[in-house]
Amino acid sequence: MPTTTQCFHCGEPIPAGLRLEVKLDGEARPMCCEGCRAAAEFIRDAGLTDYYRFRDAPAPRPRTEGDDSWVTYDRPEVQDRLVRRHGELSSVNLLLEGVRCAACGWLVERRLERRSGVTGIAVNPATGRARLEWRTGEAALSSLLRSIYSLGYRPHVLGAADTLEVAERERRQALKRLAVAGLGMMQVMMFAVALYAGAFDGMDPVLRHYLRLVSMLVATPVLLYAGRPFLEGAWRNLAARQLGMDVPVALGLVLAWAASTWNTFTDRGEVYFDSVTMFTFLLLLGRFVEMSARHRAGSTSDALLRLQPISATRLRNGNAERVAVAELGSGDTVLVAAGEAFPADGVLVEDATSVDESMLTGESAAVLRGPGDAVLGGSINVGRPSRAVVSAVGHDTVLAGIVRLLERAQTERPAIARLADRWASWFVAGVLLVAAGVAGAWMIVDPARAFEATLAVLVVTCPCALSLATPTAITAATASLARQGLLVTRAEALEGLARARRVVMDKTGTLTLGQPVVRRCRPLGGLGEMECLSVAASLEQASTHPIARAFARPEGPLRAATQVEAEPGAGIGGRLEGVRYRIGRRDFVAAIAGPRDADDAHTYLGRDGEWLAEIEISDALRPGAAEAVARLRSLGLEVEIASGDHEAAVATAARAAGIDRFRARLRPEEKLALVHGIQGSGQPVVMVGDGVNDAPVLAAATVSIAMGAGSSLAQTSADAVLMARELDTLPESVAVARRTVGIIRQNLVWAVAYNVLALPLAAFGFIPPWAAAIGMSASSLLVVGNALRLRGAAPAQAGPAAARQAREAGANA
Amino acid sequence: MSILYILIPLGLVLVVIGIWAFFWAVGDGQFDDLDTPGWSVLIDHDASGKRPGEAPPDQGT
Repeated sequence: MPTTTQCFHCGEPIPAGLRLEVKLDGEARPMCCEGCRAAAEFIRDAGLTDYYRFRDAPAPRPRTEGDDSWVTYDRPEVQDRLVRRHGELSSVNLLLEGVRCAACGWLVERRLERRSGVTGIAVNPATGRARLEWRTGEAALSSLLRSIYSLGYRPHVLGAADTLEVAERERRQALKRLAVAGLGMMQVMMFAVALYAGAFDGMDPVLRHYLRLVSMLVATPVLLYAGRPFLEGAWRNLAARQLGMDVPVALGLVLAWAASTWNTFTDRGEVYFDSVTMFTFLLLLGRFVEMSARHRAGSTSDALLRLQPISATRLRNGNAERVAVAELGSGDTVLVAAGEAFPADGVLVEDATSVDESMLTGESAAVLRGPGDAVLGGSINVGRPSRAVVSAVGHDTVLAGIVRLLERAQTERPAIARLADRWASWFVAGVLLVAAGVAGAWMIVDPARAFEATLAVLVVTCPCALSLATPTAITAATASLARQGLLVTRAEALEGLARARRVVMDKTGTLTLGQPVVRRCRPLGGLGEMECLSVAASLEQASTHPIARAFARPEGPLRAATQVEAEPGAGIGGRLEGVRYRIGRRDFVAAIAGPRDADDAHTYLGRDGEWLAEIEISDALRPGAAEAVARLRSLGLEVEIASGDHEAAVATAARAAGIDRFRARLRPEEKLALVHGIQGSGQPVVMVGDGVNDAPVLAAATVSIAMGAGSSLAQTSADAVLMARELDTLPESVAVARRTVGIIRQNLVWAVAYNVLALPLAAFGFIPPWAAAIGMSASSLLVVGNALRLRGAAPAQAGPAAARQAREAGANA
Repeated sequence: MSILYILIPLGLVLVVIGIWAFFWAVGDGQFDDLDTPGWSVLIDHDASGKRPGEAPPDQGT
């Protein structure tokens, strides 16, 4: 296999034989395509070479194809919806596709700052959002968007009611509450230390009363402002006649606060303001971590919404007019050119065409659609120009439905957390009963100590350690995995990953990058290798089929093909300087070149009466695939490939990745049977795939992982989405998942043991409330601290030592 | 210990000021992006910023 160097700009492998370079800071850097070269030259000429020094992820590959749809953004009816005006200034919120690091944001900001008319641009690389402000008369929005696009970042204009603003408000509110609770806690703790010391060594009663009053002064706003989410949550729970987690929390908080306040004014008994504030702060901290993880997950649905084109060509009374997608209605006829996306769901009117639904379904091969067939909004027409009658627009489209599904899935709590909640509600009921019993018993035995003992029971048994045990571990693990590039969408995925013993992988797009490159070109007739490739490139430039990208070679003379005929699923043909050529499957080429006995696995080029070349197109292995497989094996997992591709290609990939078990030419139902077979033998299976044909298999597997690059339907049915380009994350995730399950078990055992021990002690009055508060907090802190060990620990282990160890283990296996 | 009767209120006033400052910072968006500012000090702005008197390059195609 020839070694492929990587493009300096976008990091993608450079097609064999291509020599494109850009001099940056005196050094020639290789580029993979004209687009990257243009972008790199632009960055250099603008004096922005710093970008390459500071970025920590490769740039997106710029697209060179013409795109006039930006002009639609200048239409008044579109602007009314998206642009906000303040006097002579206009502003929009943008979502930038491909912004991956701080340097990307910097690059976009510098680029736009130099445009005349731009008064402000702020990019947030963490979310990929940007806010652009410009003087209305001086710059057209379309030209500003186009200059962002020329850097390779595709901008999407966001509407006014945007999830970003909701998330931002939520985050700001949570930060404020955390600050109030945290600072309040520190103050009250300080006074509490003095009070405890005074309790042992004696203290001036006036000073004691003063310290209690001050503690109350600080604890009250903490409870009312910072603790408000719990109070409101408990109120909602009670209104719905449920016993949720917030009920005992709020009850404990309010009871402890009320008793302390009463004791402060009557100057008797104990005060528990320290417990109130500490409790509030710890609970808020847990919620904040959980919220951050949830916000990060929200970006998936954004990716789907970006699929929708912004403009469409509407046919009305025989006239074609360019309109914004928002203006389309059901029953309109739209004309979709080859290479364009369908603006809405519709029905094809005439002519079969092939449609690339990969962004929706993950199926990388285009599918054939005939007249009367439904096409989905967001899918790309890769065949011939087609007319479709719109059947659904906006919120009614399949795409919008998927987005809604995804958003609902994200707001749902994981099953294990629901289970903990259910347990907690029984636990709460039990605690309330026990507390009532204890109060009753003490009233008979010693009424003076009744309140203290009851409060001790309530505080000491506060189920927060129990209820924090699972979610904190899962949140910490989810956050840690997300940083490494695995987005866990269902909490069960962690448990399944920890149990898994077998991994089944798809090949195309999973083990490989899913980007075809020409591996070999064997001339069969009168043309040399370079000439054959040049002819192939000239023909394929008319095609938007994924395979055509393998031939994209901007250097060399490209000729314009005439009478181009694309046969979906077979190949493409056309005339070059009068000679008829065809490239594609064997039988497609044989129709003009004559019969020939050849392998179906390859792609052929032929002209009238002559076979020209046998071309081997293959797919580069994902970086780190072999190491990942070796490491999975060292973790005790068996890896195998189940692919729909032909034998030779699968064998090559399997050999390169070091996998001995592979199956080729599997239909989806055979893959499904394979997974069921393994599960039948009692072994949990992890399925890694990315296509729509994988979707049922993904659903059947114990844990399903979808590849993040472009397969949204597969992603919605998957338990986790691998966003990283490298497969290294996979074994890392298994390791993290195993540690997570271990830590959850430790946490649960500890929380239950603590409660079982402390409850009788508190009920019999051996534990004063202050000790109960310390015990409860210490128990929660221990659980949270134990869970937080999952954060950050993982990347350190994925260092070179671990990789080397994995390679050795792989070599021995 | 009577100094406490002055010092504690003083401390509380400082806490209130601190919380007010933090609220202002959060409202001002200082905590929305915690990564970029760290980078921006490393990147030379003068070499790339908008220079006065120079027509902005407008090759945005």
